[in-house]
Amino acid sequence: MKHKHIAVAGSAVGLALLVAGCASVPDAAELDAQALAMIKSSFRAEGIATMDRLEQDLGQKACSSEAAPSEAVARQIETEALASIKWPANGQYVGDWREGEKLAQNGRGMTWTDKVALPTANGANCYNCHQIGKQEVSFGTIGPSLYNYGKLRGVKAIDDPASAAIVQYTWGKLWNSKAYSACSNMPRFGHMALLNEEQLRHVMALLLDPKSPVNQ
Amino acid sequence: MKNAKPQALAAAVLSLAMGTALAQKTAADGIAEYRALLADGNPAELFEAKGEDLWKTKRGPKNASLQACDLGKGPGIVKGAFVELPRWFADVQKVQDLESRLLTCMSQLQGLDAALIAKTPFGKDEQRNMEALVAWISAESRGLRMNLPQAHAQEQQSFELGRRAFFFRGGPMDFSCASCHGEDGKRIRLQDLPNLTKNPGDGVGFAAWPAYRVSSGELWSMQRRLNDCFRQQRFPYPGYGSDITIALAVYMGVNAKGAESIAPAIKR
Repeated sequence: MKHKHIAVAGSAVGLALLVAGCASVPDAAELDAQALAMIKSSFRAEGIATMDRLEQDLGQKACSSEAAPSEAVARQIETEALASIKWPANGQYVGDWREGEKLAQNGRGMTWTDKVALPTANGANCYNCHQIGKQEVSFGTIGPSLYNYGKLRGVKAIDDPASAAIVQYTWGKLWNSKAYSACSNMPRFGHMALLNEEQLRHVMALLLDPKSPVNQ
Repeated sequence: MKNAKPQALAAAVLSLAMGTALAQKTAADGIAEYRALLADGNPAELFEAKGEDLWKTKRGPKNASLQACDLGKGPGIVKGAFVELPRWFADVQKVQDLESRLLTCMSQLQGLDAALIAKTPFGKDEQRNMEALVAWISAESRGLRMNLPQAHAQEQQSFELGRRAFFFRGGPMDFSCASCHGEDGKRIRLQDLPNLTKNPGDGVGFAAWPAYRVSSGELWSMQRRLNDCFRQQRFPYPGYGSDITIALAVYMGVNAKGAESIAPAIKR
């Protein structure tokens, strides 16, 4: 009886293998490899949008499925991202919020129809995903609202030592968002050279300057 | 005319004020209303009429029409074909979407150069005929429900590859399709983003393309829609009818199973 049971189970396994063979949908690892090959072969370089854009780094690769990466991988991504942050020269974190608002409104840059892949040709894309200034009603909702960003975090003056932590965190988040959330949807504006230091300072001012309309 | 002016101005001011006041809560309603007004005379009809004509017209080196083209339901059967595409085609041993299938038919039946058409920029030359053809063929399935076949192993494989492509992050901004289309109720600026990882509903997402775009006055096929998504994703340039475009269409189309097709829709 016991033997017979094993024999039945054995033939069921054989049948399952046979069915899988006939259906010929490859296993997950094979599909992963096929998908990568398909992606590489489906694109061509166009202007500034070169093929190396399809070469994934650790974070891009680990955040490319419905499942979140393992805790260990997520920590590694965040640690490496944190170490990558370049802090501003002379400790100068904040520029002009008016320039910041212009950058926040500007969603241009880095597509194959753009001429150059330089920060000076790029906008900061902020309103695509975030509410920021109250007067702008055309804002996206992929990211959280940033209205009153500095005010809600108690920033009374930019150089107030009590605000140093939030000022530094905000710079770090803009430079490399993955330092604080491995699979953040937000681009890494400093790390990927989407914005330069001066532009980042202006966006910082928009968010943190008590005089910025965002904090009224 | 003189009397109508202040009234029109008042209406315009009122609608502007209402537009601002309502923008945050009911931007989608406002846009839907705007689309409803536009749909009253959807210019896609002009493309549809041209497409039907093209289907029946003898063209190309072989001086043949497309009436013997098999879109999946048998030679010449157009009604209901669109909501079952992409699907497996035994003659070419490939999963094809509407555009790649049309290229096969234009090449085999009419003797037109498929590779040349695939390389032609959108909105130019033979690509303009493609726009008209997809407008008419999709319109012949208007009101039907998305029902892509998944019986063939290659169709299942295409779905699995499409799922992987959908979540593939890359480029200078780390975007995947899922960055914008992976959650319910999100927008870019005021534009609603359908969640394409599931059935987003009747006439939404995959069930709304091809579509006439008011802003550019063009008829966009799903190939062109995907092309512009990849542009904004900051990716390199996807080939027309390339494997990734087919796989993504299978993924979105299977997810949209049961959604009513309103293609060709009208978009801002």
